[in-house]
Amino acid sequence: MTAPAVRVEDLRVVRGGVTVLPGLSCQVAKGSVTGLLGPSGSGKSTLIRAIVGVQRVAGGVVDVLGVPAGSPRLRGSIGYMTQAPSVYGDLTVRENLSFFARVLAQPSGEIDRVLADVSLEAFAGRIVSTLSGGERARVSLGAALLGTPDLLVLDEPTVGLDPVLRSDLWQLFRRLAERGATLLVSSHVMDEADRCDALLLLREGRLLAQEAPDQLRARTGADNLEEAFLRLVEDEA
Amino acid sequence: MNRRNTFAFTRRVLEQLRRDPRTVALLLAVPCVLEVLLQQLFGRNSAVFQEVGTPLLGLFPFITMFLVTSITMLRERTSGTLERLMTMPLHKIDILAGYGIAFALVAVVQATLVSVVAFGFLGLETAGPKWLVVVLAVANAVLGSTLGLFVSAFAETEFQAVQFMPAVVLPQILLCGLFVPRDQMATWLRVISYLLPLTYAFDALARTASNQLDGRFALDVAVVAGCIVLAVVLGAATLRRQTE
Repeated sequence: MTAPAVRVEDLRVVRGGVTVLPGLSCQVAKGSVTGLLGPSGSGKSTLIRAIVGVQRVAGGVVDVLGVPAGSPRLRGSIGYMTQAPSVYGDLTVRENLSFFARVLAQPSGEIDRVLADVSLEAFAGRIVSTLSGGERARVSLGAALLGTPDLLVLDEPTVGLDPVLRSDLWQLFRRLAERGATLLVSSHVMDEADRCDALLLLREGRLLAQEAPDQLRARTGADNLEEAFLRLVEDEA
Repeated sequence: MNRRNTFAFTRRVLEQLRRDPRTVALLLAVPCVLEVLLQQLFGRNSAVFQEVGTPLLGLFPFITMFLVTSITMLRERTSGTLERLMTMPLHKIDILAGYGIAFALVAVVQATLVSVVAFGFLGLETAGPKWLVVVLAVANAVLGSTLGLFVSAFAETEFQAVQFMPAVVLPQILLCGLFVPRDQMATWLRVISYLLPLTYAFDALARTASNQLDGRFALDVAVVAGCIVLAVVLGAATLRRQTE
C-alpha cells in the first residue's frame, strides 16, 4: 500500500480560545477523490487550512505528500481553493489567472487550459466583480488548477452552482484524479458524497466516519448518505 | 527576493490601478489642484507659497501612497488572496518589493506632473535641483507605501484603514516643521518630531529648496532610507504564513 497523500494525527486546533479540532486523525489516499463532509461549523475549513499549511495548530501531526504541512517544498505542489473566492474583483478573469500563473512560474498556455477546464473561455475578458457568484467561484477554482498540482484542496467548490455545472465539475475532479492528482473536496451537500472514493464525515470537530460511500451505507443500513449521517449522529449520542 | 514574483506583483497592482481610472485621475490631479490653491491663496511671490510649495510637493506622494497601499493590502488580507498566495512558492519580500515598485512608479508620474505644474506654471522656485525634489518625493512615496502596508495589519475594515491616515499621517505633518519651525516648538513636541520619519523627509525637501545639500541633508536622506527598511521589516512581520 502506498503512503497516503495526507496523514493527520491527533490534530488539535484552537481558534480564539475555542477548540475547533480537539484531536483529529484521518488520511487521504493518493490518487483519490476524498469528500470532506459535514455541516457548516464542523471544522472542515479549519482542517483544510491545516493541510495547506496556513492554520496555526496547537498540536498533532499533519503530513502532506510525505513532508510536514506548510513546508516550503510543498508550495506549488498544492492547489488551494479557499471558501470565499480568493481572486481580484477589479481584474479580468485572464488577468487574475495570469498573475497566479506568473507566481507559479507557469507558461501562459496553462491559462487557456484552465479556462477550458472550468468552462470560462467566454468570460476571459470579463472583470471578475461583474460575474455571478458561481462564475467567480470557478475563477478561484481555475487559479487552484494552475500548474497541475499533485494535491488539490478545494473548500466548497460547488456552492451556488447549477446542477449541470456541478456535475461538470465533479467529472473534472474525476479526470484530474485519473491523471494522478489527489483531491480533497469539502461540501455540506450530502448528495455530492456519492461522487467520492472515500468520505471523511466531520461533526463538531470530530470524525464520525472515514470510509467509502458504499461501506458507509452498508454499515449503517441506510439507503442514502444523508440518512447514514443521521444514524451515525444518533449512535454517538 | 525573486525578480519574476516581484514583477508579477508590480504588474498586478498597476493593472488594478489601470482598471480604476478614477483613482488614477485623483492621484494625479489632486496634488496639482492643491498647489494651485496654495499659490492663489497666498500669491505667486509670497514667502508662504515659496517656502511651503516644494515640501508639500514632496510630501503628497507619502500621503496618497500610504492610503492606497493600506487599502490594497487590507483587501489582500481580507479577500483570501493573501492566504492563497501563502501556499505558493514566493517570499514575503517579493510581495513588499512588488508593491513598493508599483507605487514608486505611480509616484514618479505623480511627482513629475505636479513638479511641471508648480515649477513650470505656478512660478514656484527652488534653489536646489528640481529633479532632486522628484527623487525625494518618490522616496517618500515608498516610505508611505511601506508604512501603509504595515499599518494595514491593524485594520479589520476599510473604514478603520482610512482612519489610520489622519491618525498616523496628520500628526507627522503637523510636527514635521511645515507649520511651525521645529526650533520654535515646545521641547516635548520637538522631541516627538525627532522620532517621526516625516520630519526628516520634510527637512530634506526644505534643504533642497534652499540648496543646503550639506551633511544634515545626507543625514535626513539616511534616516528616511532607514525608516523604509524598518517599515519593510515590520511589514514582513505582519505577513504571516500561518494565522489563527
